[in-house]
Amino acid sequence: MRRFADTILPAATFVVMVAALYMVFVYVPSDREQGIIQRVFYFHVPLAIMGFVAFGTVAVASILFLWRGTRVWDRLAHSAAEVGMVFCSLVLITGPIWARPAWGTWWTWDARLTTTLILWLIYAAYLMLRSVSGPGDQGARYAAVLGIVGAVDIPIINRSVYWWRTIHPAVLVTRTGGTGLSDPRMQATFGICFLAFFLLFLLLLKVRNESFRLRDALDELHQQALTSS
Amino acid sequence: MFALLRKDLQIEFRTKETLASLLLLGLLTLVVLSFAFDPTSELRSEAAPGALWVAVIFAGVLGLNRSFLAERENDCMQGILLCPVDRGTIYLAKTAGNFVFMMVAQLFIVPIFIFFFNLAVTPALGAVFLTLALGVLGFAAIGTLFAAISVRTRAREVLLPLLMLPLVVPIFIAGVRITGHLLAGKPLAEVAPWMNLMVGFDAIFLIVGWLVFEYAVEE
Repeated sequence: MRRFADTILPAATFVVMVAALYMVFVYVPSDREQGIIQRVFYFHVPLAIMGFVAFGTVAVASILFLWRGTRVWDRLAHSAAEVGMVFCSLVLITGPIWARPAWGTWWTWDARLTTTLILWLIYAAYLMLRSVSGPGDQGARYAAVLGIVGAVDIPIINRSVYWWRTIHPAVLVTRTGGTGLSDPRMQATFGICFLAFFLLFLLLLKVRNESFRLRDALDELHQQALTSS
Repeated sequence: MFALLRKDLQIEFRTKETLASLLLLGLLTLVVLSFAFDPTSELRSEAAPGALWVAVIFAGVLGLNRSFLAERENDCMQGILLCPVDRGTIYLAKTAGNFVFMMVAQLFIVPIFIFFFNLAVTPALGAVFLTLALGVLGFAAIGTLFAAISVRTRAREVLLPLLMLPLVVPIFIAGVRITGHLLAGKPLAEVAPWMNLMVGFDAIFLIVGWLVFEYAVEE
């Protein structure tokens, strides 16, 4: 297990990521209607999916932390929130890059876009809360409370922004691009990209988790040194 | 629970500090937002519900921030936690207190709102108050929980709006929708889904808050 995490995972991530880049930029044909810009989809969608997985992980780990009280779950929640934040930010950057040529606007208050933005804000606040409440169990509990409340809130937010947009006259026909991945090369590219970002997610999660674990261990040693001296 | 609630209300009605600052902030928000729209433009009545809810949110955040400050300053939180009641009960008492403050503030903010935005006084205002009550209950449910948390971090006052505002987005959207609808003279029945959403939000977060509050106040 250790060996897998330390050597195989980074190597596999590297190889698959290079393959994904090659496929996106060279191998896959451009979309007939949307042209070259459609290629951003191969990054955008896997990032979005893994971002949601990350925030789901935060919620589950938060519940387990409050229930069990072991630091393991707190570290997992914290690292998942950080990685999710990176992925969610990239989704919010790659989205407008595609939307500007395809929709003619950087941003539209479509339900999916709005939910992602609010999600980003909630987890930005989550990391903020982490940084101002310092290490230790108290800060961890606070973060877990937000992790749970946030997760409960997301379906409601989604519902409300969905209604908000449908009751409002829609300026644009909101349609996510690239639903028609008819070409098998496109499907293969998407599969490889998804795998690449899945591995990247695991790798980043592992790296952050490891550094939090070391920090906790260091804190403990510090504490011991203080009490013994 | 009622003893705790009475304590908060008594302190407030003796000093009137929180209420006064809540009111002034609500008033100021409405004034500042009035400058944002051309006084003669049609847009003004369109923007009115939004302005009202922004005032409600700002005043709410301020009031919620203060609700645990007094407990912290004099270490009263210890005393409250020593009460032989469930932590959830403390949460409900605090939430009820915040709800009452914010609703009392609404009694002043809404007339000012009508005054500045030149609205007709119609029976629809009763329904607007009902909407405000539901919205404020949602703010109080979320806000009380996170005020208890933010007051004990380094960032204090700054943190609460950051934590709270994204979470209360559904309340804000629903509130603006319903209020706009009512002010346009349409019946409440047409916006029933939004009302349900608000009631659902309030119920869910009162329960969640009641369940997790103990983790927010534990030493």
